[in-house]
Amino acid sequence: MTGHLMRLAAALKRARPDDAISAATRAAPLERRQATWLLVAAALTVAPHGIWLPGWIHALCLLLLAWRGILLWQGTRPPPALLLLGLSSAAAIGVRLEFGHFFGKDPGVALLALLLGLKLLEARSSRDIRAGVLLCLFLQLALFLEDQSMAVAALALLGTLASLGALVALADPAGGAREHLRSAALLLVHGLPFLLVFFVLFPRIQGPLWGLPADAFSARTGLSDTMSPGSISELGNSAAIAFRAAFDGPPPPPSQRYWRGPILSKFDGRTWTAAPVVEADTPFYVATGRRYDYVLTLEPHNRRWLLAMDYPGAAAPLVRFASDHHALSARPVQARARFALTAYPDARIGEAESPAVLAAATQLPAGSNPRSRELAARLAAGAASHAEILERVIAHMRAARLKYTLRPPLLGTHTADAFLFDSQRGFCEHFASAFAVVMRAAGVPTRVVTGYQGGEINPVDGYLVVRQSDAHAWAEVWLDGRGWLRVDPTALAAPERIEDGLAAALSAEGDLHFMLQADMAWLRDVRHRWEAMSNSWNQYVLGYNPDRQRELLARLGLSHASALKLAGMLGAISAVLLLGLYAWASWQRRTTDPVQRAWDRFCTRMEHAGVSRPSWEGPLAYADRLADALPEQAGRLRAICSAYARLRYGAPSSSAGLRTLEKMMNEIRLP
Amino acid sequence: MRLGASFADALRQGADRWLFRVGAPETAPIRLTQRRIYVLPTAAGLGFAIALVVMLVTSINYNLSLGYALVFLLGGAATASIVHAFRNLLGLSLRPGRCEPVFAGEAAGFRLQIDNARDSRRPALRLRARGQSSAFELEPATESTVLLACPTVRRGRLSIGRMVIETTWPLGLIRAWTVFVPEADCIVHPTPEPDPPPLPEDGAGGVGTGASVRDGDDDFAGLRAHRSADSPRHVAWKALARGGPMLTKQYAATRGGDVLLDWSALPVHLDVEQRLSRLSAWILRAEQDGRRYGLLLAQTSLAPSLGRDHRDRCLRELALFGSDPRDSGRQT
Repeated sequence: MTGHLMRLAAALKRARPDDAISAATRAAPLERRQATWLLVAAALTVAPHGIWLPGWIHALCLLLLAWRGILLWQGTRPPPALLLLGLSSAAAIGVRLEFGHFFGKDPGVALLALLLGLKLLEARSSRDIRAGVLLCLFLQLALFLEDQSMAVAALALLGTLASLGALVALADPAGGAREHLRSAALLLVHGLPFLLVFFVLFPRIQGPLWGLPADAFSARTGLSDTMSPGSISELGNSAAIAFRAAFDGPPPPPSQRYWRGPILSKFDGRTWTAAPVVEADTPFYVATGRRYDYVLTLEPHNRRWLLAMDYPGAAAPLVRFASDHHALSARPVQARARFALTAYPDARIGEAESPAVLAAATQLPAGSNPRSRELAARLAAGAASHAEILERVIAHMRAARLKYTLRPPLLGTHTADAFLFDSQRGFCEHFASAFAVVMRAAGVPTRVVTGYQGGEINPVDGYLVVRQSDAHAWAEVWLDGRGWLRVDPTALAAPERIEDGLAAALSAEGDLHFMLQADMAWLRDVRHRWEAMSNSWNQYVLGYNPDRQRELLARLGLSHASALKLAGMLGAISAVLLLGLYAWASWQRRTTDPVQRAWDRFCTRMEHAGVSRPSWEGPLAYADRLADALPEQAGRLRAICSAYARLRYGAPSSSAGLRTLEKMMNEIRLP
Repeated sequence: MRLGASFADALRQGADRWLFRVGAPETAPIRLTQRRIYVLPTAAGLGFAIALVVMLVTSINYNLSLGYALVFLLGGAATASIVHAFRNLLGLSLRPGRCEPVFAGEAAGFRLQIDNARDSRRPALRLRARGQSSAFELEPATESTVLLACPTVRRGRLSIGRMVIETTWPLGLIRAWTVFVPEADCIVHPTPEPDPPPLPEDGAGGVGTGASVRDGDDDFAGLRAHRSADSPRHVAWKALARGGPMLTKQYAATRGGDVLLDWSALPVHLDVEQRLSRLSAWILRAEQDGRRYGLLLAQTSLAPSLGRDHRDRCLRELALFGSDPRDSGRQT
């Protein structure tokens, strides 16, 4: 029966009609290319997590991804569900054992990463791919919990591109990889204006909205509130930036760059710890002398102290002051933060110190460091004043030829004795500790101050950069009528440490981190540029917080803009952006050739005259019908149609043919 | 359940009328302008939005500036994808193509000619109508034909009705679609009776006459010049192979005269559809045997003839039997 049915059947086979769209998308089998896109996205996302994830978890994730890659390569089916179930349970148990719990940032990220690997392995449907893409996006966000540097941002951008590529490949299985990439990139480019506008105008709220997991800000490097031998020298090799300072006007000379951290006045023979202090909103001294104004951009260290320069003066309302003259933040600094501060390096502090504090500052544990005590007794004998004792101790230490080194030998129980008389080699904490022990033994109130000393001006952006390797410890001695006086025992042995920094002081030791070495000038230059760029990134992108948003809005004349007003503005700007996109969508290059355009125009005119041309009708057949309908112009109409047929299907001709055609068409007069 | 379904139908019709401005079938061509294209998020799009909200809250909670940036970038890309999906349909020109008649029970192949004037590909489109769908894509600056196969159940005029072209390209988060009713219908012939009685002789409708109409293929009667409507199986292939002209073999039975397929002469116990079904089978049989046949229905009659055109005309009469040829036979 009838060949056309068979033809139809064949055509139906070609057209492959499938079920309703919902069913089709739910169960559509995955094409290889779609899974490959997701694999790329997952690899780009999971790989950088290796720095923070426990080794075995990261290795397992990469293994799962590689497994999936091999399956894709060989075109075999995903592994059985039972095996995957076993794997996931094992992974979950492993995470539980590793972290001891499931709640919190680190186990959460580990679980997400494992989930992504397993999801990829079992991905069978488009829904699995979508879930995988969302997991990728969450993991990208999780990257930012650890690191928000430019490099990580670039990686995340690549990962986002690949994730969008996976979605495009899902929607358009017939397209090629290049086309998918192009569509995804175009979407990102079109999304960019939204990003800029929302980033600037979206009302910023200072987090956290609720209690953060306990491990949210763990593992920060930096000073601690105790000091024992080795605790500062372990920072000596770290080139990580502790904070940056931008001075209004010229920065202070290196010898005055003492950045005050925790003050330690309790000593147990080995470890110095901080004593409780009183806090107030204003400094505990009268600010006199030169004044420096600067903005401190502090890297998060999850502590309250601000590392303000000696001696911190009046500042922004959120800054508090301790009775031992260091500046504090109201809350632990858990995100990079900016503080506008002042410093009075010539001021006198603690002239009227309380007797209790002074008494505590002469305490030594009984029986510790006997040789140091003996030395103190010898030096103090016959001294008329504390100032004279101080001079004698300084003179002694200078004469003792103590050696400044980043790798001091281990000291025994009597740390001061061992340093002063046996090893005679030490880092700043040894110098400060031994000096304080001797002074206390001589009856002079002395305490240890930890913080940072020095810093380096970045010539590119003028910021003073202070690194962890600039961590330092010095001492303060209280003299009657003078107050607390800074004495830096390290400077006695290695004065270049104060003037030129750690690298100059330790130039003989070849094992300093290569970034800290002084002689690699070109490397320094590159580093300066890179760090200036990171600083701008930190200041303007990462440091964009509610305060800076307020500042910026005020500069734009939008001070006191309510959240509602901002939302309205955002809506309006988004509408404008969408209109721009709409204009792009509607804009269409005219690519049809002029002959075709002229013919289309002609056909439309004829249609208005009552003779429309079905799409399958050729020009000559149309000419016949036109001639029948409009007999008085039959000749011209036939001429037009055959001219068009010649131009369209004949040998390529010059533009003269087109002009003739258009002329003939214009001569047609319709009733 | 049934009430719910009819309520949903009413709702959809209302939506079609008011929202999508769908009314009577449109004459070709239909050009997809911005007024005809609608966009809404898909289920995946809603899921994506929820994920973005979760990510935004996380960014706020942990003060992640780059988290904000990521969320806004993804949100921006998703928003841009609204326009991309919209653009994927914008400016298409639709024209219904021809639709070959079929017998009830077979799939009717509706064709839609879609002209993509833009110089770029339009990926991942889908044509839906009558619960069927067909995925396709359009090459740059070409006109393509898309085929949608719809099962048929009853004879009559099957009109395609409300058609939808949709796309979730590029991200699958946004669905853009357009609704239109093209002027396209398919004539569905009655299903031929599977095992019909022999053709009626003497124009008597063959009531109870079980006599064989044909005496068999052996009863060769002669040759005559081939006509294009002749069945290929009656061509004298041997003669042709010898280099002679194309001739048609005539058999005794086929020369036996015209067959008149008369509605009123059919057995009374048959109902309308059974009668049409039998007539349909007889038409095919007569055509196959190369016998001229005429059709006599209650209101129309077709003079005896032979050939594909005649066959289609007869079958069409059967298909539209009892219905106003313009309208009421339309299956909606």
